[in-house]
Amino acid sequence: MSVMGSFIISQYVLDHFNFWVAVILMMIGLYAMITKNNLIKKLIGMSIFQTAIILFYVSAGVKEGATIPILEHHAAETEQVAAGDAGAEHGSVVGADHDVSKSSEKAPAHEVHEINPDDYSNPLPHVLMLTAIVVGVATLGVALAVAQVIYKNYGTLEEDEILAKIKAAENDG
Amino acid sequence: MAEQYPILVLLVLLFGALLVGLSGMADRRVCFPLTVTALGLAVAVSIGILQRVMDGGVIRYFVGGWSRPVGIGIELRIDTINALVLLTVTTVGLLTAIFSFRRVRDDKTEKTPLFYVLYLLLIMGLSGMVITGDAFNLYVLLEVSSLTSYALIAMGKSKRAATAAFSYIIMGTIGASFYLLGVGYLYLRTGTLNMMEIHQAILALDGPSSTIVVAFVLIIVGLMIKMAFFPLFGWLPNAYSYCPSSTSCVVAPLMTKVGVYVMVRMMLTVFGTEWVFSNLQYTQWLVGMAVVAILAGSVMALAQVELKKMFCYLIVAEVGYMVGGAWMANHWGMVGTIYHIMGDAFMTLCMFLAAGIFLKQAGVVRIDQLDGMFRKMPWTMAGFVVGALAMIGIPPTCGFFSKLYLIRGGMESGHWFYVGALLISSLVNAVLFFRIFEIAYFGKNPAEGHAAHHEEPSVQPVIKEAHPSSLIPLYLTAAIILLLGLFNGQIVELIEHSLNGVQVIGTEILVEKGGQG
Repeated sequence: MSVMGSFIISQYVLDHFNFWVAVILMMIGLYAMITKNNLIKKLIGMSIFQTAIILFYVSAGVKEGATIPILEHHAAETEQVAAGDAGAEHGSVVGADHDVSKSSEKAPAHEVHEINPDDYSNPLPHVLMLTAIVVGVATLGVALAVAQVIYKNYGTLEEDEILAKIKAAENDG
Repeated sequence: MAEQYPILVLLVLLFGALLVGLSGMADRRVCFPLTVTALGLAVAVSIGILQRVMDGGVIRYFVGGWSRPVGIGIELRIDTINALVLLTVTTVGLLTAIFSFRRVRDDKTEKTPLFYVLYLLLIMGLSGMVITGDAFNLYVLLEVSSLTSYALIAMGKSKRAATAAFSYIIMGTIGASFYLLGVGYLYLRTGTLNMMEIHQAILALDGPSSTIVVAFVLIIVGLMIKMAFFPLFGWLPNAYSYCPSSTSCVVAPLMTKVGVYVMVRMMLTVFGTEWVFSNLQYTQWLVGMAVVAILAGSVMALAQVELKKMFCYLIVAEVGYMVGGAWMANHWGMVGTIYHIMGDAFMTLCMFLAAGIFLKQAGVVRIDQLDGMFRKMPWTMAGFVVGALAMIGIPPTCGFFSKLYLIRGGMESGHWFYVGALLISSLVNAVLFFRIFEIAYFGKNPAEGHAAHHEEPSVQPVIKEAHPSSLIPLYLTAAIILLLGLFNGQIVELIEHSLNGVQVIGTEILVEKGGQG
């Protein structure tokens, strides 16, 4: 039983530690968005939810022992940078990367090193998340502005009180 | 020049928004002509794109010249299906822009430039979603269109507009985040974000991959929130009925339809119909849910007293038509779905334009206030009747033909409940709209006609026929509804052209499924 249990833990928890963290954070966010009564708390939940997804992407781009994906200056001809990027993108995911090594072999001989995609972390998820962070900030901004309008209209940010006021207004009309 | 059309349609709208914002601060009268010019150009370019696709097949455009094998560029990929939906999006945008001529000036004068900036960005986001060939780019454009629509909805005069917008933000963000997470899973498994390359990678996988299944489920659930599919539609009725008329006219026809389009695109291009229909055994479930959506939408529409709310619930039913059609794994179901995306966009536009005119000219909110409208506003009613007949599904209109294709698909694939639900929903639509006609023609209580006559002198001068700037878009929409119906053969041919190019769906898979089940 304990062997089985430790197997399950190592198989499903430790090996996918980053996913677990992301999923737990996501559930916390979702819970807050759905159940909280205060509109600002809902928005906090929304931010947690979005941040969890950002973490998910960022952790997927990380490789052990890899450095930032900037090629050394003397080795950086334009074509090679492009090939290196595409290689890094494939490298972490698919693993094999023959094309890149080939193209670096073809490169002029005075280039010192072969570019090995395993030495660089995958930049693409990180770049994508820059966009996602911007989107998240914009969403939060719009949502806060709308919350402010709601506060002006109803004088409260508690959902049940707002609903009660809406109902009262409907009955009057 | 012609090679640059795909990006041009987006740039025209983007720079249009910039110009409107800048010059609108100096003089807000230039906003309207600038907006209409930008959208007019966008429609012209969309027609050009459609022409090119019809002549030369699929357009693959790489933004900034970063072609795929080396760079990490974004691809815009247009086949006949995209081209048709793109034309629909820009046309609806143009018609509603013309309609907004007086409305926005009267509604909130100081916010006119902001309204038009958001409006153009919304159309830009939706057009981009339709033509992009990159899964992450689609997410960004999805959020561009969602954020602008949140703001546009919150601009409504009603106090409840802000609360409706808030719940829309919460639901919309959950939907978009699910989509983003799904794309993340796809990226982890396939190592690319380009739709065609993802498709190739999925085809190359040997054996089932649970990662891909999870990605698919996340993406579809996210999109279903965005398109207001039945159990997830809660945000829609309030958001669409408390926003300003000109906003509801563009948001109601387009947001849900583009959501359905993206789902179809995911099924056809990204995952591939073969994988979707034979690997996943979801067909029965989703068509079943669509049946529930259709029935629930129709029944809730029957229960409404407010005109716009009733249309909102009809949208929920229409989304059920399209999801059911797409998921029945049948050629005609898919054709009907894509045709219905276009037809329903214009039908919904017609309904909301008419509702906007009634609200503006006569202050009509509830259905029973439409009393005697055929006499008071005969021109508006004429346009409304065309839209209503299309919703019911009377022959020369596009509503009839889309139902015809959907029902044919349902019968061929043996989804009899779906066929039944479609027919029941048509009957409910007939009841709904003929009730409106009766009230508008004979009055609320024909027997008490005398009492009404006494009040007429005081009521009559108030209600005037609509301004030409409102009537022209209404009539153009009505004309498009009829034209889509009359030329349905050609349009279906165009849709089939792309469907055959992408994948074979229908009989082969059906036979397999029939054998299994």
